[in-house]
Amino acid sequence: MNTQRILSFAKKDLKLLIREPASLFLIVLFPVILTLVFGVAFGAIGGDQSASYQVGVVNMDKGLYQWSQTFVETLTTTEILNIQVYADTESAQKDLNQGKLQAVIVIPELFGESCNSFFTAPDDPSSWLEATVELYLDSGSLFATQAIPPLIQQMLVMTISGDQPSPSIPVHLGIPSLMEAERLTMFDYMAPGIFAFAAIFLIMTVSQSFTVDRERGLLRRINTTPATSAEFMVGHAVSNMAAAVVQVALVFVMAFLVGFSTRAGAAQILFAFVIVTAFALCCVGFGLITASVSKSPGAATGISFIFIMPQMFLGTFVSAGFSSTAQAAGRVVPSYYVTDALTSLLLRGAPVTSPTVLLDLAVVVVCSVVVLVLGVLLFEKYGNA
Amino acid sequence: MGTAENEIVIDNLTKKFEDVIAVNELSLSVLKGELFGLLGPNGAGKTTTINVLCGLLQPTSGSVTVGGYDVSKEPKKVKKLIGVCPQDTAVFPYLTGRENVEFFGNLYAMPKETLERNVNALLERMGLTEDADRRVGKYSGGMRRRVNLVMALVHDPVIAFLDEPTVAMDPQSRRAVWDFIKGLNNKTIILTTHYMEEAEELCDRVGIIDYGKLIALGAPDQLKEKFGAENLEEVFIELTGRRIREGA
Repeated sequence: MNTQRILSFAKKDLKLLIREPASLFLIVLFPVILTLVFGVAFGAIGGDQSASYQVGVVNMDKGLYQWSQTFVETLTTTEILNIQVYADTESAQKDLNQGKLQAVIVIPELFGESCNSFFTAPDDPSSWLEATVELYLDSGSLFATQAIPPLIQQMLVMTISGDQPSPSIPVHLGIPSLMEAERLTMFDYMAPGIFAFAAIFLIMTVSQSFTVDRERGLLRRINTTPATSAEFMVGHAVSNMAAAVVQVALVFVMAFLVGFSTRAGAAQILFAFVIVTAFALCCVGFGLITASVSKSPGAATGISFIFIMPQMFLGTFVSAGFSSTAQAAGRVVPSYYVTDALTSLLLRGAPVTSPTVLLDLAVVVVCSVVVLVLGVLLFEKYGNA
Repeated sequence: MGTAENEIVIDNLTKKFEDVIAVNELSLSVLKGELFGLLGPNGAGKTTTINVLCGLLQPTSGSVTVGGYDVSKEPKKVKKLIGVCPQDTAVFPYLTGRENVEFFGNLYAMPKETLERNVNALLERMGLTEDADRRVGKYSGGMRRRVNLVMALVHDPVIAFLDEPTVAMDPQSRRAVWDFIKGLNNKTIILTTHYMEEAEELCDRVGIIDYGKLIALGAPDQLKEKFGAENLEEVFIELTGRRIREGA
């Protein structure tokens, strides 16, 4: 492969993205405007959603064990909470950081004794033994941070004071991560999905670029030169990955300007660039498939939505308000894994070595390779003439 | 390998598209350094022949040798030798004239200095220097066709296929392109056209094809003499029985 040819193809495509108003809008202005609009519209607005939540319980109670057992049983009776018992806080926290749990409850050693002190002298707070149930929340889930704490509080009161809830009990709910979570806005929860959302539209620009070049006779003309298909495709991949990097940078800048709060450090942000760039390859593949079956640029625009819509609705911030079934269906689209990884990195503060994040990257890379190879093969056979 | 004198050899070439025979047992040779005109009305098979010569189409039967290489067997070697100016203007409208030409020069992996020198020289000779840094989308039709031609020749190919390079040009632009083509020394060129005066002006020899078959071959003067005609158009009408007119 000749670098001069590859760079020549890439430079030509980047000039197209910059100089053609429609491409410039889709690739650069659209994500920026989208980020701005959503940032302004949802920057300070919360939300409410009823669903079921995965909650981990670590029971450290060493004393009057039946109290903590009753508490766990009470938690289990609610349909909203799916309780999973953990032996230690560390493994529960690990699952929380990877988005497998929406909350972790840590029952303290003195829980039973504290409950008993209330039971023996409910009207004498001075004799109560104070204890704190720690509640760790998934800061990557807006609904979890809002819905779970009052539920747990309610279950706690029910456990200790029974059918006649007492306004005051000796066991308190400690929420170390809630202070941070409360500062997050709706936009903060949407932002990871916006990165994937922006890249999805590469499908349309790639398919249009190929079909327009084919219609203008440029692909045939290029076929009369020594440039190989591999150089041609690599050139396209390079330019579109560069476009994706610019998109991510612009969305980051715009997101921060409108107040995006993230727990991510430099490594996580760098990883965000990597996974979106890998996803861009997948979009190039979908664009090639679209161009292969489209007879005209107009048809390419329409057909590209067959790939754009599922990615957009099932795999980006759009799916946040969907049913759990729809959210589960999102696992079939690569954009889901981009959003999931970015949510873990940017909101949950998961390290780049987190298994969930690495698994997401692996899925995106495998999907990208498969879709790109399929796209290249189809385009070689049906689209390049 | 082909013979030393013959740069292009078409041997019994047939190209079919389903039931349509576009080129029918065509055989001819083009000498090294010769400017050969392939004439015929629309649909005669000129462009199909060019497409086979530059490797875009595979022959149904017969063989084609360009620069000593069989096009079907060694297309990569052929592509390094040739420059192709397509009939329909194929340019990137969002690139400038200079960028379009440079882009194709880069596809031939030309050294930067040589590329720059060739681009400037060719744009100058085609009268495009002033507009070289404007986007081609803003060019007139004639200017686009001139850029289209320069893109085919920027890498200084030894063999050029010019498929109706002056179609739809005004007389002044056409004359400028003729002068340009006349100045292309040491190249083997196949020029397709259905402008007979263009063929008379430029070509060393011409081949007239109709319905994919070669119906006459020779120098313009030889053909005129043979058919007792005043010009090549009369020869053509005599042979094909139909008037050549653009868009016919």
